[in-house]
Amino acid sequence: MCQVGEDYGDPVPEGPPPPRPGRELRCVKCKDGLPVVVIRAGDAFCRDCFRAFYVHKFRAVLGKNRLIFPGEKVLLAWSGGPSSSSMVWQVLEGLSRDSAKRLRFVPGVVYVDEGAACGQSWENRAKTLAEVKLILRSFGFPWHIVALEEVFTLPPSVLRCSAQEPLGTEGTYKVAVDSFLQQQHTVGGSPSPTQQEEQLSQPCTQDPEDPAGPPPAAHIEALSRLFDSVKTLTAKEELLQTLRGHLLLHVARTHGYSKVMTGDSCTRLAIKLMTSLALGRGAFLAWDTGFSDERHGDVVVVRPMREHTLKEVAFYNRLFAVPSIFTPAIDTKAPEKASIHRLMEGFLLRLQAQFPSTVSTVYRTSEKLVKAPRDGCAAGPRCLLCMCSLDVDTADSATAFGAQTQDFSQTQPPTPLAEAGAAPMPCCSAEVGRAQKCCQSTLLCRREDSQVIEQLCYGCRVNMKDVPSLDSLPPYILAEAQFRSQRPSQDIQEYLVENSDEEVHTTGS
Amino acid sequence: MAAPLSVEVEFGGGAELLFDGVKKHQVTLPGQEEPWDIRSLLVWIKKNLLKERPELFIQGDSVRPGILVLVNDADWELLGELDYQLQDQDSILFISTLHGG
Repeated sequence: MCQVGEDYGDPVPEGPPPPRPGRELRCVKCKDGLPVVVIRAGDAFCRDCFRAFYVHKFRAVLGKNRLIFPGEKVLLAWSGGPSSSSMVWQVLEGLSRDSAKRLRFVPGVVYVDEGAACGQSWENRAKTLAEVKLILRSFGFPWHIVALEEVFTLPPSVLRCSAQEPLGTEGTYKVAVDSFLQQQHTVGGSPSPTQQEEQLSQPCTQDPEDPAGPPPAAHIEALSRLFDSVKTLTAKEELLQTLRGHLLLHVARTHGYSKVMTGDSCTRLAIKLMTSLALGRGAFLAWDTGFSDERHGDVVVVRPMREHTLKEVAFYNRLFAVPSIFTPAIDTKAPEKASIHRLMEGFLLRLQAQFPSTVSTVYRTSEKLVKAPRDGCAAGPRCLLCMCSLDVDTADSATAFGAQTQDFSQTQPPTPLAEAGAAPMPCCSAEVGRAQKCCQSTLLCRREDSQVIEQLCYGCRVNMKDVPSLDSLPPYILAEAQFRSQRPSQDIQEYLVENSDEEVHTTGS
Repeated sequence: MAAPLSVEVEFGGGAELLFDGVKKHQVTLPGQEEPWDIRSLLVWIKKNLLKERPELFIQGDSVRPGILVLVNDADWELLGELDYQLQDQDSILFISTLHGG
């Protein structure tokens, strides 16, 4: 019925078009200033009211959720793009206000250099990094630059969810804030702010995480190989997001940050919600698009920009000169149908142009999603890559999907399995270097693949279908898959014993 | 009969990639019968400035959804969008909010 772009034969008689705000109107808030931007559907704001509105939204989102405790170390994930730059800017401004209203956490900034995944040469990346460093230094927070290649040196513990810390309740938040304020008063007025300033200024001068040169050539090559081998742009984007997430988690854990702030805007999250539905990640929408994401346990991902639309962000950055850098991503200049992400973005933005409440409606839906554990069991097995609770019944052979994935481990002829059973180390070792040798023995390689696949949730499995050789995944993933599959999983062990018993019987008789 | 106009056209947010990476363009629009408006400016840009992939910038007779247009640092929705008539020394800024330009 309703199709965007469909040409109707006769012009549909429309009602009178909604009144367009013209320049002769005044700002809807102060009724005085000349409006410069139209927010939502028809609200024209003047420059100052827009600024107040924007800043207030940011503080309100943080204040409403009461998750960030005073004095807590928070890592700001800065990609150079407009939303994350705006977020960092808001934090900067928020920290510099007078003591009653100032933000109370201790920030650090991290930039992930993803140039290798996009096929950029080291020279281009170095140029971008130089600009990035300039801006990072100007922020005045401790900063870290990590290259995506570092995923090849991550420990498998990144994929393990630490013991869940109980989320602060209303009571504990208030108590924490009160005691923090009390501390400030007892120490005596200004020393606390300067204490914080000292804390901030010290690491900066040392240039904490400044990679002197390019990452090891083997890693660059391995990363390029991994991304080149992925068949579809959709899977590439998902893989990139997964790896980036792990890297950020690792940086946060190593440096003692308990929160990570990402700059996902309202528009991006609405697109992400629809894209996740299309990718089979419907079960995890609440974590993927909510304000807080506690799937890792000790490090919580927070999205303070989630109520700002991209239009507001772009206007704010332009009107108030927020520095940002444009770096080409893997889908730069990709045609619209190149990936599900692009398609969904085009769909939502086009719909938004005709129905201005589209994005906010989708966003408001995401606000209503509740994080309920499945069947009441919160501590079930987790997906290897995205670390959400597994939504596939591993023992489910009744469905076509279950049968398809179970097939992997059951089509192995008994003999190699018996050998492998005796010596539990599969020949496919996790190191990148030895991958070539053992791929000659395709049977054991498929077992390796199935080891990884059966640890994944449905969405991640669908993505991994587009990665032809799972051996090119970074070693920490393969090692963790191997570790998890060797944990006593009674089914396979019993099957092995049964098989060799049968063999003995048939050869005996 | 409209006199030639001198305007500054700027691109940001990745849109500059379609214009050889050049962000600011000082252009002189030739005199013509009808007054210049954003609609005709877009046609002119497509013909003269756009180096590649017009479908990533223009859709139909307007910009692709996701590209914001600011005229003299003000939202074009306040000025009539495509029907805004250009004045001399105006500054028109196109910001792409799309992923990857």
